[in-house]
Amino acid sequence: MALLLKGGRIVDPQTGLDAVLDMVIRDGCIVEIGEDLEIPKGTVIECGEKIVVPGLVDIHTHLREPGREDKETIQSGARAAAHGGYTAVCAMPNTDPISETGSHIRFIVERAAERAIVRVHPIGACTTGQSGSALAEIGDMVLAGAVAISDDGRGVQSAGMMRLVMDYAKQFGITVISHCEDESLVSKGVVNEGVVSTRLGLAGWPSAAEEIAVARDIALAELTGCRLHLAHLSTAGSVELVRAAKARGTAITAEVTPHHLFLDEDAITRTYDTNLKMNPPLRTAADRDALVAGLMDGTIDCIATDHAPHAPHDKALEFELAPFGTTGLETALSLVITHLIEPGHLDWSALVCTMAVAPREAIGLAPVRFEAGAVADITIIDPEARVEVTREFFESKSSNSAFLGGKLLGKATDVLVEGQFALRNGKVVDR
Amino acid sequence: MSNSLSTQHIISMEDLSAEDIALVLDTAESFKEVNERRIKKLPTLRGRTIINLFLEPSTRTRTSFEIAAKRLSADAVNMTGSASATVKGESLRDTAQTLSAMACDLIVVRHKYAGAPEVLAECMDTHVINGGDGMHEHPTQALLDLFTMKQSLGHLEGLTVGIVGDICHSRVAGSLVPALRKVGARPIIIAPPTLLPARPDVLGAEVSTSLDDVLPELDVAYMLRVQMERAEGMPFPSVREYARLFGMNSARLAAMKPSALIMHPGPMNRGVEISSAVADSDRAIVLDQVNAGVAVRMAAMYLLLGGESGGAAA
Repeated sequence: MALLLKGGRIVDPQTGLDAVLDMVIRDGCIVEIGEDLEIPKGTVIECGEKIVVPGLVDIHTHLREPGREDKETIQSGARAAAHGGYTAVCAMPNTDPISETGSHIRFIVERAAERAIVRVHPIGACTTGQSGSALAEIGDMVLAGAVAISDDGRGVQSAGMMRLVMDYAKQFGITVISHCEDESLVSKGVVNEGVVSTRLGLAGWPSAAEEIAVARDIALAELTGCRLHLAHLSTAGSVELVRAAKARGTAITAEVTPHHLFLDEDAITRTYDTNLKMNPPLRTAADRDALVAGLMDGTIDCIATDHAPHAPHDKALEFELAPFGTTGLETALSLVITHLIEPGHLDWSALVCTMAVAPREAIGLAPVRFEAGAVADITIIDPEARVEVTREFFESKSSNSAFLGGKLLGKATDVLVEGQFALRNGKVVDR
Repeated sequence: MSNSLSTQHIISMEDLSAEDIALVLDTAESFKEVNERRIKKLPTLRGRTIINLFLEPSTRTRTSFEIAAKRLSADAVNMTGSASATVKGESLRDTAQTLSAMACDLIVVRHKYAGAPEVLAECMDTHVINGGDGMHEHPTQALLDLFTMKQSLGHLEGLTVGIVGDICHSRVAGSLVPALRKVGARPIIIAPPTLLPARPDVLGAEVSTSLDDVLPELDVAYMLRVQMERAEGMPFPSVREYARLFGMNSARLAAMKPSALIMHPGPMNRGVEISSAVADSDRAIVLDQVNAGVAVRMAAMYLLLGGESGGAAA
């Protein structure tokens, strides 16, 4: 079946496109991009004022399956991803059981093939049980389809072990994704160490605990030559470390989450809202400014959600007991449009870079370029759509969003994965 | 002065204005007189139900609240347990809704984790008094401390109060510092850096790491219990060194103003933060604090429940 996207603003910095054009899609591929195109038969989508971009990809997603299917499944997480405008997500391995062998990875690949409406790329663990004590079967996982490895959720604590991981991973050409947290400094910390930890009587999670790990892993990337991607940077000091490393030519990439870009610790008040408890924690307004500046100047390559669904009864616990994390897949794009595009901090090309191009480059996924012959993974965005973030808004099984109650601007209306609709006119399309 | 509080709950010192504090202290003064009678009971809260929900071990605070409730003729029920029950069994919210369904009028909560009283206030249709939540606040302790200082020294405004010890793990300090600020006193927190919170400035207190430097300025030295069980690893090398640097002893007492007093929220670690000689001297008003606790808690309960007009009859 042929598909004609008519009259949208087609934006792809990879091919230098930013113009109102038509696009023809056939058999899952882009056939032609140009002016006044027509197709003899097939479906015509009038794109009007909409923006057409290469499909967004989230390289930091927790899908909870296997183990906590009450919070999210591969199927429900993929639906949430489509609803948020993503054509692909990368599943972090800290499930139950942890993805640490080829068979775990194969399960995700097969389950995704059966049930997911967007692409799901599994990420394997660095160490067995994410224990930090012995290498996981990284080669076996790569053969089964793992696209990267990470002990996300806690990080590899020993520098020696991390060196081993990076040295070993190098032979497969895959990226090691580092969760930067020195547990000896964090201990029971649940919020940023500073004003809020003092005021609310909560144990603090100091910036230094992240920055020490960032500095360590940059040094190890330089030592080993392994590709390193730094997950969810949260502090001004981390941005500075990455900036300096890139200035001397170290090949690293870094991501930031929407919640660290658009919220700070001042949001955490006497109500002890556990939807604002994340790891790393919300930091200060100055950190937030540094993260935005780092994203704007390219120090930070990509925006990733760290989508972390949790059941209501888990999040309803006391702040110190509740699990870390906020959902993110369905709000990220709208937040970026509202807070970065609308005020003019980023343009649409930069959005495509940070949410579609750079994430793929960071972990070596095949690029999605707007040119004839390319795979038709496409996100269509209505920049004027109004979004109210209510519990009912979510397609995810969980609604533990730090942005509940928010009113946002802009939303994905259509998502095509290999030419097939996963989202059409704002509605998720099940297959 | 108004004769009712501006708040429905006493969870944080933020809830109480300077006028509220004055009202609690004045009301407590009349209850203190009641506590000195042979018949120490008033019918004021007859027919009202007060639940003392203590989900962390406590003897003295729970007893103080229980006596306060009984002296006002309220039906006081004690519920004890472990906050860890919330991990493996019923959640705090379910406990709160269960108690709410029993139609109690006031709940006093002591909990291992910060913010628990806020949860109760949010999901129960009753008044809440925070009897201590994690490392956050313990407002009735601060109120009884103010009451004791006022009784002993005649006034609060302008007093310099040194709070000494484990500030960063102390809910007592969490309430006492803002309480002192609200009544125009000058709090100084004194501790080794390893026992200070990350941002002592946001509490509004001056900071010193030398007890001896500030001793001559103090009207009150408030010695906190060193809570070794809370600290992650020992925050000082030994009890001996702590006592030497931060313990109150006779020599330090002699370096203070002749009128200066020693306070402690209890239970005391004799020989650690306070020597026996000081603890047993007439300059230590620790038992006055305990005595004031009942009167102040009676005042808090009376003002939250008795001060209600219309509607909430039992």
